[in-house]
Amino acid sequence: MASILDSVAATGRAVIGACRVTGALAVFAASGLSHIFRPPFYGRMFAAALLEIGYFSLPVVALTAIFTGMVLALQSYTGFSRFSAEGAVANVVVLSVTRELGPVLAALMVSGRVGAAMAAEIGTMRVTDQIDALSTLSTNPMKYLVAPRLLAGIIALPLLVLVADILGVLGGFIVSVLKLGFNAGNYLTRTLDFVQTMDVVSGLVKAAMFGFLIALMGCYQGYNSRGGAQGVGASTTSAVVAASILILAFDYVLTEMFFAR
Amino acid sequence: MSGTVPKIRLSGVCKAFGDKVVLDGIDLDVPAHTSLVVIGGSGSGKSVLLKCILGLLEPDAGKIEIDGRDIQAMPREERDRARAGIGMLFQNGALFDSLPVWENVAFGLLAQGKLARREARARAGEFLEQVGLAASVGDLSPAELSGGMQKRVALARAIAARPDILFFDEPTTGLDPIMGAVIDGLIVDCVKRLGSTAVAITHDMASARRIGDQAAMIHKGKIVWSGPAGHLMDSGNAMVDQFTHGRRDGPIQMELRR
Repeated sequence: MASILDSVAATGRAVIGACRVTGALAVFAASGLSHIFRPPFYGRMFAAALLEIGYFSLPVVALTAIFTGMVLALQSYTGFSRFSAEGAVANVVVLSVTRELGPVLAALMVSGRVGAAMAAEIGTMRVTDQIDALSTLSTNPMKYLVAPRLLAGIIALPLLVLVADILGVLGGFIVSVLKLGFNAGNYLTRTLDFVQTMDVVSGLVKAAMFGFLIALMGCYQGYNSRGGAQGVGASTTSAVVAASILILAFDYVLTEMFFAR
Repeated sequence: MSGTVPKIRLSGVCKAFGDKVVLDGIDLDVPAHTSLVVIGGSGSGKSVLLKCILGLLEPDAGKIEIDGRDIQAMPREERDRARAGIGMLFQNGALFDSLPVWENVAFGLLAQGKLARREARARAGEFLEQVGLAASVGDLSPAELSGGMQKRVALARAIAARPDILFFDEPTTGLDPIMGAVIDGLIVDCVKRLGSTAVAITHDMASARRIGDQAAMIHKGKIVWSGPAGHLMDSGNAMVDQFTHGRRDGPIQMELRR
């Protein structure tokens, strides 16, 4: 009997803990978003975050996209050739890249690069009293540190994904034309005829959501860092893991919303 | 009438973290234009006390008044204004390492929209000179400075907005005795020049005597003694005597696990 009660109590504690964290995260997100629209605005912080999330992530996102498009063309050709449906390679590449692989892979790469850096920077500021110092200097840390990063994440990720879409399709094109012997004109015509506005727009909407999640988890974990270098390290890991899981979960939810019949 | 109202008054301030009671009914008055030094062992609640006055922590009970007005009862904007008149020197400096030194010093002025960036740059140079640093130090990053220089930059940042109240959290910790004396001298100069009310928390008895007009000792979340800072070494209070003379035996028992 006692062991049953213990396990019920443990389950209850875990549920309460999960509710507490979810609530705290929701309050943090709402507060950060509300500060985006209320002055004062920190344009320099926003520009710095946009540069960090967007511009400096370009190389890694570009390489990821181009190689993904290349592999996709190769694999789908291997599969479709068994059914004499090689012509569908262009369709599969453009659809997969714009709807799924562009946004998801770009977000996962940015999460590893930028989410970790955000958590480490803000976490270090927390454990060295720099966030408290901001408060004593008439500056709201949510407005100065969090809001510009959230906005930069929401804006930068769709721009990165647009680049990833183009380079992913280019990767598929290169392999199809140079290695698999497709006609370049036909490949491009099939790609452009097949892709629809909704395919690209849904990917960009996903990217905006993923950008928000990456910045949110980086800021939240950093802001709540405790216990010196070890705490900052744990926050950094948590930021990347949590953002990656949320990206995949929200990818399903958004796909369901956009395309489920 | 206003002459009798203390600049800062704490009445029955309590703060606990879970089961751990850190402040247990603190009553403390700091008259205007005086320097109060709060001494006490590690974990006795000194830093939490400062954070409660600064608004970085909310007390669980009690009242904190500045100029006779309960700051927790003030509307948010008014409370923010009252707290904007408080400067703080953090224990480790807490300089923003992503900004150059001059921007650290001028941060409060820029945040309050008092100055344009070019003007703020020039003013930062003046404040750096007031704490004994060359204006050219403003172009360096905080990581390029020694511990003593970082403390002086942090002091320049704390006084830049000409605050009514200055808090100093362990201002000489980690510094050699000569640099400690230099920092104490600068603190005394700045407080006198600005006509501010100062509260410093420290373990350093030499520093406490140099900075403070008044002193108070906090132990287990309560004020156990207060009096003139000059009487710290011969207060007649057993706890203060044990602490100031660094005796192992006495009424204060360290919780050591063997």
